[in-house]
Amino acid sequence: MTTTTARPAVREEPPGAAPAGAGRRTGRLRRIGLPYLLLLPALVLELLVHLVPMAIGIVMSFKQLTQFHIRDWGAAPWSGLDNYKVSVDFDAPVGEALLHSFFVTVAFTLLSVGLCWLIGTAAAVFMQDAFRGRGLLRTLFLVPYALPVYTAVITWVFMFQRDNGLINHVLHDQLHLTDEPSFWLIGDNSFWALLIVSVWKGWPFAFLIVMAGLQNIPGELYEAAALDGAGMWQQIRRITLPSLRPVNQVLVLVLFLWTFNDFNTPYVMFGKAAPEAADLISVHIYQSSFVTWNFGTGSAMSVLLLLFLLVVTGVHLAVTSRGRRTADA
Amino acid sequence: MPDPTALAARRGPAARRGSPMAPPRSFLWARRVFLTLLTGFVLVPVYVMVSSSLKPLADVSGSFRWLPSGLTIRPYIDIWSTVPLAKYFVNSLIVAGAATVCSVVIAVFAAYAVSRHTFRGRRVFTVTVLSTQMFPGILFLLPLFLLYVNIGNATGIALFGSRGGLILTYLTFSLPFSIWMLIGYFDSVPRDLDEAALVDGCGPLGALFRIVVPAAVPGIVAVAVYAFMTAWGEVLFASVMTNDTTRTLAVGLQGYSTLNDVYWNQIMAASLVVSVPVVAGFLLLQRYLVAGLTAGAVK
Repeated sequence: MTTTTARPAVREEPPGAAPAGAGRRTGRLRRIGLPYLLLLPALVLELLVHLVPMAIGIVMSFKQLTQFHIRDWGAAPWSGLDNYKVSVDFDAPVGEALLHSFFVTVAFTLLSVGLCWLIGTAAAVFMQDAFRGRGLLRTLFLVPYALPVYTAVITWVFMFQRDNGLINHVLHDQLHLTDEPSFWLIGDNSFWALLIVSVWKGWPFAFLIVMAGLQNIPGELYEAAALDGAGMWQQIRRITLPSLRPVNQVLVLVLFLWTFNDFNTPYVMFGKAAPEAADLISVHIYQSSFVTWNFGTGSAMSVLLLLFLLVVTGVHLAVTSRGRRTADA
Repeated sequence: MPDPTALAARRGPAARRGSPMAPPRSFLWARRVFLTLLTGFVLVPVYVMVSSSLKPLADVSGSFRWLPSGLTIRPYIDIWSTVPLAKYFVNSLIVAGAATVCSVVIAVFAAYAVSRHTFRGRRVFTVTVLSTQMFPGILFLLPLFLLYVNIGNATGIALFGSRGGLILTYLTFSLPFSIWMLIGYFDSVPRDLDEAALVDGCGPLGALFRIVVPAAVPGIVAVAVYAFMTAWGEVLFASVMTNDTTRTLAVGLQGYSTLNDVYWNQIMAASLVVSVPVVAGFLLLQRYLVAGLTAGAVK
């Protein structure tokens, strides 16, 4: 290894500007080639599983792709923007259902992300100081996150059963809050059932991230605040929460994207046909493609969903990075 | 920094708030009430799962009972014959295990390249990889399915319906987050260390495996845990891309509940059996996960 005595390129240097002493051509070639070689497996796989299929999906959205053409989808006739027109024609049944599903998903996502963030942050802040049993509690709180989605959801489905579930047993038999045992997995209640399951499963992730974020807050800040006479609540409000802002910005975005795209929870909970009140967009699109065999329209809907998420992410990044810049100034 | 025991020490009782005064009563009460309620919320489903798995069938078919009328381990015996659970289990182990190993190795290489080298397209790479997180799975489910079928027809490599196809799919699911987290983690390993190794005559890969990787073990363990959990719990692609011989637990358990809704005690027993490996592994390794997140993702 002749070239290795040269310092590896440092981040700030412009690409290609080789540090002095790395003159030999082979070494230079190797140094320039090495990062690409290291990235190659990741790149190939991302292309194969994410990017190429996505491009195909976009192409499909412009085709009239029904079960007649699925064997040879390339031969399906082009349909221009027809699939998009059908998807966003909100007066017709298909568009109307999509719009409804979209609003359900937005409401569900906002509530779920808000609650997950709130519970996770509160738990992490309350558990910042040591107390007896803290380690045990922390382990316990991570259980919902560690459980495979489907076992967690199946357990909740059992609890939500009308005749032999725990929820109705408590609400109806023990507390007598309802005259009749309610249905939780069909009708309007299904929205709340889905929300509860989603929060139960999702909040520990927020807890984990906030807990990690708390450890990066320097202890001196608290010492200084305590010397200034700030009480516990004030320390939380003035130091803990503002220090968590960068962590929260990423956390909320990630939670938003995951929840908005969540397929596993509603699919295990309701099967292929979700009740209207809990018709999340992923399951809706899945159903539009695989149950009605209209893959062109399903792809168009997916592309619209992706565009929406891109816009939301872009706005979020623009707003948060501007906030960061003004904070730095 | 990367050493989890150091983190644990830093979290010691006197470490955090410099305040010599005890927390006020309002704080203590708020904490007590909040954590009690939360513990209840978390524990009730766990209790239902465990207790129902030990109940005789009559207890789970009729009105819910908090306490079983009698304990039985019968459901734990029956689950293996009602559906071929053992086969699903093995499939899941192979798929999740292989996806984890591949994902971690590939992520280590990629993160090392990004963290330690300057090259054209570095930013494009990280942004592209991260942006795949936002793709709705549903958008590339069908194209990927068609792609696998076509690759199979063209080359004879059976990706669709095989474990290999599922492994390939799952390892890319965990890849973006893993790379992102490891970049942060590698950045926190002092550059002087691997530069010293380079001076001592290790190649770049020697420096990676002798210096950077050992120093980043918590981050790598965290990434492995994440990758395994992702693969073990995924439902959508598993339900489309497996057949009778390659079916994984995610789909197999579904078959349970639709086969006959009445055997709730068996469903709970099977859920518990399926959950134990991941939950146990996760809880054992959670301190690494927190340490890894602290140094990597959250910075």
